[in-house]
Order: sequence, then structure tokens, then C-alpha cells
Amino acid sequence: MSGLLVLASTAGAAPDLASSGRGVNSNLFVVIAASAIFYGTPLVLAGLGEMLTERSGILNLGLEGMMLMGAVAATWGSLNVGGPGWFALVAALVAAMVAGALVACVHAVLVIGFRVEQIVSGLAITILAGGAGLSSYLAGSWDLSRGPVPHRLGRFDVLGLGDLPVVGPLLFRQNLLTYASWLLVAALWWYLFRTRRGLHLRAVGESPATADAMGIPVERYRYGHTIAGGALAGLGGAFFPLAIIPLWSDGLTGGRGWIALALVIFGFWRPELILVGAYLFGASASLGLTLQARGVEVSPQLLASLPYLLTIVVLVAVSTGWARRRVGAPAALGTPYERESR
Amino acid sequence: MFRSTSERRRRRLLPLALVAVLALLGAGCGGDDSGDDSGTGNGSGDDVVTAGFIYIGPINDGGWTQAHEAGRADAAETLGDTAELTYKENVPEGPEAAQAMRDMIADGADIIFANSFGYGDAIKEVAAEHPDVKFEHATGLDTGGLPNVATYFGASEDTIYLTGLAAGAAIPEGGTVGFVAPFAIPEVIRHINAFQVGVAEVNPTATTKVVWTNTWFDPETERQAADSLIADGVDAIASGQDSPASGEAANEAGLPFVGYDSDQSENLPEVWLTASLYHWGTYYAERIQAVIDGTWETGDYYGGIADGFVSLAPFGDLVTQETRDLIGQREDDLVSGDFYEFAGPLVDQDGTERVPEGESMSLEDILAMDWFIDGVDGDASP
Repeated sequence: MSGLLVLASTAGAAPDLASSGRGVNSNLFVVIAASAIFYGTPLVLAGLGEMLTERSGILNLGLEGMMLMGAVAATWGSLNVGGPGWFALVAALVAAMVAGALVACVHAVLVIGFRVEQIVSGLAITILAGGAGLSSYLAGSWDLSRGPVPHRLGRFDVLGLGDLPVVGPLLFRQNLLTYASWLLVAALWWYLFRTRRGLHLRAVGESPATADAMGIPVERYRYGHTIAGGALAGLGGAFFPLAIIPLWSDGLTGGRGWIALALVIFGFWRPELILVGAYLFGASASLGLTLQARGVEVSPQLLASLPYLLTIVVLVAVSTGWARRRVGAPAALGTPYERESR
Repeated sequence: MFRSTSERRRRRLLPLALVAVLALLGAGCGGDDSGDDSGTGNGSGDDVVTAGFIYIGPINDGGWTQAHEAGRADAAETLGDTAELTYKENVPEGPEAAQAMRDMIADGADIIFANSFGYGDAIKEVAAEHPDVKFEHATGLDTGGLPNVATYFGASEDTIYLTGLAAGAAIPEGGTVGFVAPFAIPEVIRHINAFQVGVAEVNPTATTKVVWTNTWFDPETERQAADSLIADGVDAIASGQDSPASGEAANEAGLPFVGYDSDQSENLPEVWLTASLYHWGTYYAERIQAVIDGTWETGDYYGGIADGFVSLAPFGDLVTQETRDLIGQREDDLVSGDFYEFAGPLVDQDGTERVPEGESMSLEDILAMDWFIDGVDGDASP
């Protein structure tokens, strides 16, 4: 229980990786890598969620909206749930997952139940739940910007190893959700490639008709993974108020849901590559700012556009024939499945 | 199991319609239009003057746009039933801004306030099309010679200079303040220079290090920029951004923090120094009243401490009594004209004297400032 109490620490009490600023740990590489892991975590979580959804053949462009709903729910939880800090924190995380899952339910019912065009439904959901929509309406009516959230995910020093050179700040001074995201990458890899269920999921995404003929409940798989994907997106959204910016403002996630979407392609629909991609994005965002802070004269506009240039390069690379043959998207992605339709 | 095509089509259209309704609902929830719910919703009633506000960020960004929204609310209260005040938030700079203005005019707007520097081109474009509608450009540099455009802003360099005094006193001798800055435009450069003048007055060898975020509002990037400055070993953080997100980085690192646009003294009590604040409401009420009275004229309002247009947020515990006294003294001097932060001698980063001893920069000069003064560590034209 004491571990939980540490991670429920309130602001200011959390040790800071950056201000330790001494020796090898203030080296440019270590600073950028540590920052990449921290800022990449919500992208990992949301990207894994989208990967699960897309593996079942459902495209979810509502990711940004689901992240924002998760962020709203987590803020609400941290501000309003009583009891000990760790309890409020767990409640906030659960609320975020439930909120993301609920929004994903809407998408699932529309695109699986009613076979609505998946792109239209996803976009509608991002508009509905997004920065100027439901999330801002709820934040306003719950008065979420009345103050910073009291319970947060503090960085904590695992076994006192946080000061080790290089690996200390990278591996032993992150927060709960970052560690959870690492476990999740491993678990989802195992699930996808080492379990029967994972095999069935991939079959549903590649060829629902074949899967159906094999007796795999296609719709149930699609519902389940769309909703689970939404829950993970909500968890990714929760990272913003609970770890990055504790004071609510509308559009808090700042379009990171779209980057997470691109990451799934970037990562060839594989959990471990999505993690790498997310950290590359985090690093490229941090690189520009860190170089500026160190007085290196490079155009900040160019550096600010790095993550997006990176996306374009990867999208082009992925669309080449070679890459398509080896690691293409799930073949049935975006197409509704109707048993009797031809 | 065979289903006719028309039946199937109907089955598909229903959910599509549902999606459309959801999307519209979403757009509606966004508070495109808050108004005062006064009577007719079409806004074209000739007896009531309609004022439209175009905001760059969300109304609860915890800073810039929130301050404008508070001003709009104050003005609405002052004006009562005589005017209807609507707003549109999250309007990007560029063509979307012109579209938002045209929509407001179609809805009956008589005067439009736009709260970001980058709206300038859109304002001039739409103002030329609609000579009967008045346009007010916050932080704008010029009216484009159009008689129906005015600019307005506040002399926040004066208050930001005062925050520099607080920061300079809060860091070790010869220390560094990290400044998280949005864009390299004269407005921001002027603010950073004024800040450094304050820092150096109490801490002559201290410097200000600038990181450009290239965004007005993006909490994550703002915080990430502060983190990168902290990793580089700065002793305090100051912000020129629309949200207080960089304050969170300072808070986590336990470094003194100077905010902008919003009082975070209660949210960041341990690291809070102070911030420069704007009070837009009085100006908004006066200008809308002028439209009602038919006396509106173009202008370039530049409100100062004396008008109550800019002020300092409450001090945090880190600001000593001695520093508070000095700041109070300087504030009085600024109002009386006995002191000006942009009085010579002012030397730029390269050591070139820009303003000789005994001279002061004119308002015109400071509005076009594109160089950093000595002691600022950063690139004024990245």
C-alpha cells in the first residue's frame, strides 16, 4: 500500500527528473529520451487502443474525442472523489476508461450495429465529444477549471534507482501509467500473437467472412475490441490532467489523438512498434525545445514541424508495395461485415 | 433473407441522419453563441446592438481568452438589455477567422472584437467588405487605413517589467529565468525585453533565456518547453503563453514562477511570484456603448496601469516585503511618468547601443521592437 501512497503524492512532493540536472543525466540524449517517454505515454496508450480496434476491422477516427472524454472524467474523478489519495486516483483512472468506453460504445453501435460509414461516425464522435463539444460542456457544467486536480500521478523513484546514470531517469523515474503502458505493450503482444483469441481477432480483421465461417463471433469481437480500444484511449486522455497539466482547459489533449491514429500505421499495427513510434514523436517534439534551451540555433518552426514531417515520411514508406505486402493494414479495415451481403 | 434495395437504403439512411444530428449537437454544445438569451434569437433586431467576439482559444484556457471572456461578461452586465454579446471560441488564424466574422455579420453583428494578432489580415479583408460593421483588433498593429477598424491593447510591458523585478529578486545572483514564449513578434519581444529590464534592475548579471513554442495555446507543448528550460538548469520560469501549463513544470521542480494573464496564486502557492493581468471589460463596454450611441470612431487604444487596464496579480509568498515595496514604488513611478523601463541607455544583444542615455523609446518604436536587449539569451528572429 505504501507504493500506492507514493504515487498518489500531491503536487510539489514529486521528485523531478529534470532538476536533478547533474552529470550524465543532464546530457542532451538522456533529457530528450526521458521527456520522450513521459510525453509519449498518452500516445502509447491511445495508440494501443486504436490498434486493438483496427485489428478487429473497425477504424476509429473518434480517438481524439475519446481521449478528451477520458481527460474530463479523470479530472472530475480527481477533483470530486473523496477518501485517500490513491483511491481518488484509481477512481479517476477507472472513470476515464469508462468514459472512453462509453463513447466507443456509441461508435460501435453505429458502425457495427447500423453499419454506418466508419469515417463519418468517427469524425462525428470527435466533433461531438471534442474540444468544443461534450467534453467542454461537461467541464463547464462541472466547473472543472476551478482549480488543479488534487491527486496526481507523481513520478516515483523505483527502489531508489532513479539517480543511476542514464537508465535512472529513463526507467526508474516514471509514473504509474507509464509503467502500466509498458506492461500493456507486452500483454497485448502476447494476446495478439500467442493466444487463440488474438488469432481470432486478427482473422476477424483480415477476413470476417472466413472468421464467421470458422464460427468466430465476428460482431462480438468487433464490439469488444472497439470498446476496449475506447477505454485505452480514455486512459491515455487521463494522463493529461493527472500527469501533464493538472488544471483543466478545453481541448487539453491538443490533437494528440490524431497523432496516435497515425502511430498505428507507423507501428504497422504492432504494439512494440507503436511504443517506439510514440517515443519518437515525443522525442522529436522535445528535441526542438531542448535544442533552443541549449542555445543551438535551429529554426523552431522547422523543429516544431518535425513530428508531422516524420508522420508523412512514415505514411509514404508504409504505402510502398514492399511494406504493404509485409505489414499491411488489416484487410477488412473500414468495411462493415454483413453476413448475407455480397 | 432477401431485402429490397430501397429498404436497405432506408436502413442506412436512418443511422446517417442520426450521426448528422449528433454532429450538429456537438457543434451546438460548443458554445458558438452564448448571448444573453435576450428575446429573439435571430439577432437582427434593429433596436439591439450585437457585438461578436472571436477568440483564438477556448473560453477556459486559464489565461488569455478567459480574460477576454471575463471582459465580455463584465461588459454584458454593464450594458444590460441594450446589447447582445456573442462569441466564437477556438477560431484559428487564417481563412477560418474571416469566415467566422462573416457568419457573425450574417447573424447581425454590428461590431466585432477579435482577440489575436494573427487575425489582422482577416479583419482587413472582411472590414473592407462591410464598411457599416465596426472591427476591433486586440494586439493589432494597424488598422490598414480602414475607418471601421480600431486596435486596442494594454501596456503590459509595464506590468511585465514589474514581474521581472519579482523574478530577479527570487533567483540567485547571476541566475537565469527561463521564458516560455509563443511567437517571435514585436508584442512578445517587447514583453521579454521589459521583463529582462526588471530582472537586471535587481540582479544585474542575471539573464533571461527564451524558448519559442510557436503556439499561443497548447498546454502540453507549453509545459514541455518549460521542462526543457528546467533541464537546462534555469532558476525560475516565466510564461508569455495563453495557458498556465508551464507553471506546472515550475511547480514540480520547485522553481519560482511568473505567470501571464491569470492569477494562479491559489493553484501554485509554493512557487507563485505574480503575473501581469488584463482587464478588458471596461473597454468593451465603452466601445459597444459608442456603437449604440453612434459615436464609435477608429482608434488605437493602449491602456495602462493608470486606466486599470493592466495590473499585477497578487504576490506569492516568495516575494519578499522589500521586493513588494520596490515594485509598489516603481508602479507609482510608471504612473507618474518618473520611470520608464524603455528609457536609455538600452543596449542590444550584440552590444550595440539602441537607445542613448537620456532618451526614451516612443510607443511607435516599442510596438515595432524586433531586437532583444542585452541579457536576453535567445533569438529574436528565429
